[in-house]
Amino acid sequence: MTELDRKKEQTPVPKEWAYAPAPESRDVVSIEDRYGHFVGGQWLEPSETYTTISPATEETLAEVGQATPEEVEGAVAAAREAFENGWSGIAPAERAKYLFRIARILQERSREFAVLESLNGGKPIKESRDVDLPLAAAHFFYYAGWADKLEYAFPNRRPRPIGVAGQIIPWNFPLLMLSWKIAPALAAGNTVVLKPAETTPLSALLFADVLRQAELPPGVVNIVTGDGRAGAALVKSEGVDKIAFTGSTEVGKAIQRELAGTGKRLTLELGGKAANIIFDDAALDQAVEGIVNGIYFNQGHVCCAGSRLLVQESIYEPVVEKLKRRLTTLRVGDPLDKNTDVGAINSKQQLDKIRELVEAGEDEGAEIYQPPCRLPEKGYWFVPTVFTNVAQSYRIAQEEIFGPVLSVLTFRTPEEAVEKANNTPYGLSAGVWTEKGSRILWMAERLRAGVVWANTFNRFDPTSPFGGYKESGFGREGGRHGLEPYIDFDGSEPNGG
Amino acid sequence: MAQAPVLPRGFELPLEPRLPRIGSVDAVALEERAASLAKRSIKKEAKVFALELAVRMMDLTTLEGQDTPGKVAALASKAIRPDPIEPGVPSVAAICVYPNLVPAAVARVEGSSVKVASVATSFPSGQSPIELKLEEVAWVVDQGADEVDMVIDRGAFLSGRYAKVYDEIVRVKEASGNAHLKVILEVSELGTYDNVRRASLLAMAAGADFIKTSTGKLPGAATLPVTLCMLEAIRDVYEENGRMVGMKPAGGIRQAKQAVQYLVQLHETLGPDWLTPDLYRLGASSLLNDVLMQLRKEKTGVYQSPDYFTVD
Repeated sequence: MTELDRKKEQTPVPKEWAYAPAPESRDVVSIEDRYGHFVGGQWLEPSETYTTISPATEETLAEVGQATPEEVEGAVAAAREAFENGWSGIAPAERAKYLFRIARILQERSREFAVLESLNGGKPIKESRDVDLPLAAAHFFYYAGWADKLEYAFPNRRPRPIGVAGQIIPWNFPLLMLSWKIAPALAAGNTVVLKPAETTPLSALLFADVLRQAELPPGVVNIVTGDGRAGAALVKSEGVDKIAFTGSTEVGKAIQRELAGTGKRLTLELGGKAANIIFDDAALDQAVEGIVNGIYFNQGHVCCAGSRLLVQESIYEPVVEKLKRRLTTLRVGDPLDKNTDVGAINSKQQLDKIRELVEAGEDEGAEIYQPPCRLPEKGYWFVPTVFTNVAQSYRIAQEEIFGPVLSVLTFRTPEEAVEKANNTPYGLSAGVWTEKGSRILWMAERLRAGVVWANTFNRFDPTSPFGGYKESGFGREGGRHGLEPYIDFDGSEPNGG
Repeated sequence: MAQAPVLPRGFELPLEPRLPRIGSVDAVALEERAASLAKRSIKKEAKVFALELAVRMMDLTTLEGQDTPGKVAALASKAIRPDPIEPGVPSVAAICVYPNLVPAAVARVEGSSVKVASVATSFPSGQSPIELKLEEVAWVVDQGADEVDMVIDRGAFLSGRYAKVYDEIVRVKEASGNAHLKVILEVSELGTYDNVRRASLLAMAAGADFIKTSTGKLPGAATLPVTLCMLEAIRDVYEENGRMVGMKPAGGIRQAKQAVQYLVQLHETLGPDWLTPDLYRLGASSLLNDVLMQLRKEKTGVYQSPDYFTVD
């Protein structure tokens, strides 16, 4: 028998390999029809409510409270009461005990939280499962460790708590941002009023149940929900000693104006337009993975996203070719499917903003690439997008899009890369891809960004401080630095972070 | 060894208009990507597709000092019809044996689609003079082997004599005639992913039809990251000049679940065009029965005892 005959005999192999749906079960989490505000360890019936939805299907998930200024004041009063009558005075090791408990309970209930986070926020389950939840628990573990060691963190400075912290968090990493805020505040002995984002209140409300399980004293953490009006009421409240805000630069500026002269402390973690810089000696396939992770992780709803790709001109073609090819393998769809890489856009409002900026990019003359992609009919979706031929002056190279949209620019020398990377009102993060160690250090010295990643991107760890330069805000979260905004050093520190 | 190797004569990858780029591999990011692909959840019909494909792509292997014509004949029968109870289960791609057993294997697979692959070139160490290696290759091809699995000279590679490695592959390729040449890098002896990438490009430039991870004779054989590293080298060659080179991870793949992970990695790195035994093989000795067991489970909904699957 000839070689050819043998080949013929083989049954032909079908070529299409479509992965069957692999949805994570929704049954692990039970969502109430209606939630109130969590104040002083009690659920308070809200006077006004709104509905919160799943952005992937637009189905209503629950009715939640829209806090009025009076309700916010009630929460602040509960936090003050808890601060004065106990929490600030208990042994630091006791505070640590509660934080360790919270961390362990988050680990135990991580599947439940992961599903809820994906349902309410639209992010892929593999991210909420493998990133958000482990990191949230890690933050509580990390700051639990500091609670009784503050004297060692800040030697000879008599660290004391500030009082009541008002914390306003965004919708891109609801539970993780809650952890970033609450863990250091409690470790340092403060009490908290937290306002989750309007579109993603559910994981914070479920977190109230973790507090109940951990037997945290009532009033130490209070959670009020609602839109910007509730946040504004919290910022204005006389009883709050410190505001920590993560969100848009626009709102951050308004808060800073509002707080000027009040003596309240403030930390802001705002927008970004990070440069991901690829040198011609980088490991290209891994750099391409880093680019993808930098901008399509969490649908690009990441303040430190690598939304500007700076490629050395000599490798522009292979990098863009590899990137486009890689984009065709991104799986966009049901956030609860374990194989989904890119989930739903968080809200209609955000989708409109992304669309507007993408149109602007096309109008300005950038070249758009989107992989073939079938999007679900209901819900808010946007195809992962790459713009090439982008000039530094285009809006898509300047403004934060906060969506799965990448702008590709080129550079010729390291000096030019630094100049272009720094040429933005923001300064939150940057990425450098090169095999040359000395160049990494040279770049890191010159990049004006709070975080510079080398040969990786979007990597977080509770031990590492995170925060911005310029319009990306001020103050640091994570690490020992993250404790500072929550500590009063004998009243000797100037206000305003 | 921080420098890219000096290019041997005839080494033309990648081609114009850019300068040749050997490139490098970032180990942390490579392993991260491999781990993330391994988390794909493959269920139902997608799983059946993968398991059947794994059977079609399998190089059923026996490479023991105790191998006999009888053992090889039994293996060949298993290769042709892996599951006697389920005639729908396809034949494996090939059986892989030592040179002495090639005649027995060829006689037994006659008339079927199953190919005979022979290891050669002083497998597994490769520590013999080139003339003897070439003689061995010519002999197994003459005996009817369809495929030759050669080993590279790791000693030469690690001491920087890349041209020697390259020339040897070129000459073995010539000696293989029409037989397909798989080049075994023995990755666990190369030490770094950078070396694996260089050796992969070197082997492809020298004419390899397939590149293969391991002999299976050492611990630390095929892994998902090292296979991904080699797939990426194959992709770079394809992007440069359109040539499609095959890949064969071998050694340490024992469970159906692993096989599915390897195929997901292949699918998402090189795309559907590589989902064929002509371009991908799984080298394994004990994987087949686990795949058969999983296939039967997908069909009937229950696991059956290992006694229901033949041991050959």
